[in-house]
Amino acid sequence: MFTDFFYILRQNKVPVSLVEWMTLMEALAKGHIKNLDEFYFLARAILVKSEAYYDQYDIAFQQYFQGVEAPEEIAEQVLDWLKDPLSRLFLSEEEQAKFESMDFDELIKELEKRLEEQTGQHDGGGHWIGRGGTSPFGHSGYHPAGIRIGGQPGGRHAVQIAQERRFKNYRSDLTLDVRQIGMALKKLRQLRRTGLEDELDLEGTIKATAKNAGDLDFIWQRSRKNTVKLLLLMDVGGSMEPFAMLCSQLFSAAHSSTHFKDFQYYYFHNCIYDYLYKDVEREDAVSTVHLLHTLEPDYKLLLVGDARMGPWELTERYGAINYYERNEIPGILWLKRIRDHFSHCVWLNPDDPRFWIHATVQMIGKLFPMYSLTLGGLEEAVGKLVVAK
Amino acid sequence: MTKDSFNQFSGSEDYVTSEPLENAVNVSIALGRPLLIRGEAGTGKTLLAHSIARGLEKKLFTWNVKSTTKAQEGLYVYDTVQRLNDSRFGDKDISDIKQYIKLGKLGQAFIAPEQVVLLIDEVDKADIEFPNDLLNELDEMSFYIPETNETISAIHRPITVVTSNAEKELPDAFLRRCIFHYIEFPTPELMEEIVRVHFPDIKDSLLSEALKAFYALRKIDDFRKKPSTSELIDWIRALIAGGIPHENVSKQIPFVGTLLKKESDYDYFVNNFVIRRR
Repeated sequence: MFTDFFYILRQNKVPVSLVEWMTLMEALAKGHIKNLDEFYFLARAILVKSEAYYDQYDIAFQQYFQGVEAPEEIAEQVLDWLKDPLSRLFLSEEEQAKFESMDFDELIKELEKRLEEQTGQHDGGGHWIGRGGTSPFGHSGYHPAGIRIGGQPGGRHAVQIAQERRFKNYRSDLTLDVRQIGMALKKLRQLRRTGLEDELDLEGTIKATAKNAGDLDFIWQRSRKNTVKLLLLMDVGGSMEPFAMLCSQLFSAAHSSTHFKDFQYYYFHNCIYDYLYKDVEREDAVSTVHLLHTLEPDYKLLLVGDARMGPWELTERYGAINYYERNEIPGILWLKRIRDHFSHCVWLNPDDPRFWIHATVQMIGKLFPMYSLTLGGLEEAVGKLVVAK
Repeated sequence: MTKDSFNQFSGSEDYVTSEPLENAVNVSIALGRPLLIRGEAGTGKTLLAHSIARGLEKKLFTWNVKSTTKAQEGLYVYDTVQRLNDSRFGDKDISDIKQYIKLGKLGQAFIAPEQVVLLIDEVDKADIEFPNDLLNELDEMSFYIPETNETISAIHRPITVVTSNAEKELPDAFLRRCIFHYIEFPTPELMEEIVRVHFPDIKDSLLSEALKAFYALRKIDDFRKKPSTSELIDWIRALIAGGIPHENVSKQIPFVGTLLKKESDYDYFVNNFVIRRR
């Protein structure tokens, strides 16, 4: 049941896995849901694991339950009926193949048969019976006639809650997996012995104990903590498009753990002006001044970009590639302000170093130490980030 | 399972919940899965566990996670140093390893004779691999102690609440096993209710003025740390204690230091608002 909802969620890029889906089915089977409102919240709690996806969830919910006017209560027998097809979720690959090989007419026939059965089971249309998910193949819901809904409208329904899309601002559409980036940058870890002396210095203890003629003498030391805060600014779109995979691969390559004290990332296109963006589409803007105001200078700044652009984009007032940006301050001055603010910064350039003779690459190279976005280049860059500029 | 046993939690006297939150809590209890709570600082993530414990009259075990916390510590600690130390005097039987095994919070919650509430607070503070190390333990609610060849398994699955400030991304495998709820920042209406829980006798005029000022401050994006519920509660306590005339509250914002905790935020506020007003 609701199998299509699962796929709609996946289409909307909500990372739902089968484990979670089965948990939802378990909850449904236990009869925890009385109405669609409860279903909305329950399914969200079980399926969605970050407020960043609440918005996509709302959209998917709307798509699936579009036009559904939920009756106040779902009758018991509907619940029973909901429980029944759970096992069908376990589609083997053969079954999937079988489904895919079914021709359209056959599918329609199957669907009509199913729909008939349903009407028989819940006549009068007074009960919500969902969308063709009862097909043994769990897919017939593609048929537009899948929704048969009655009941009295009234009160605030889950679909309406979904329509409000209150979580729009929590979205974080990323091209790269944040966790992977965090993992890849483990080389930046800068462990400092800080805090209380709460760690046993084993070698020191052995030495001291030996000196003490075998009587135990404990030596303690401060434990090591990572103190690095990282700011990642990435050029996206346009000439960076060919490198998107490279960035992604590099960032996902590393595997061991790391944790920064703080990690922030923003996007820009070609050059940085008055605004940086939280999303790749560059719609959610944050003022650069605000960022400089709120981020301490000890953030390690990692800029990723090919630094290739029209010279005017760097040097001219109103030079921004996006005409409407109307930047009063030329890009190069913005870059300089950013460089002056942070004590550690590097520029990673995915482009082949042979092309770095380009005028703007040269100019930016004078502001930021520039390294190629290769494993070796990254190592050098990280080495540079660890020491002062 | 009957409906009654499902709808167990509905807040406690001093904790205002919303329906979705109650639902999430009850689902997590019914399914025996950890409940992952996220939300802005000061939205009552930690208090939720306390409230569940009080509301359902169960004992609460709190495991405060710090950046140095290892998953192992929640299960048990084998105090080798103590054993080594004891070996020097020979007044204790050090061959009994059991006495040097100390159960951590998770272990204690497992062996409790009745169902308890287990709070794993600020799980994202620890190492990025920390939650992964607990997967099996939280799934099966049991763990093995090789030193004593013992398996500790939960007598009753504890009601597990995990809070996170989203400082770090949590591993997918961990997330898949959790029920998730995001506590939104309270709307002014809900906030009014929350404040009234803390100050039942508060005057309407003071409350509305305070909330007006509070939400106005929260609108300013340039603060490094926006004031949250707990700051508001402290502030109102200060206002009541200071006997500030209610009509001045939103204009002057006295005791602004209780709302803005960062020096730069305080400076920003003084420079941009106080000076301009003069």
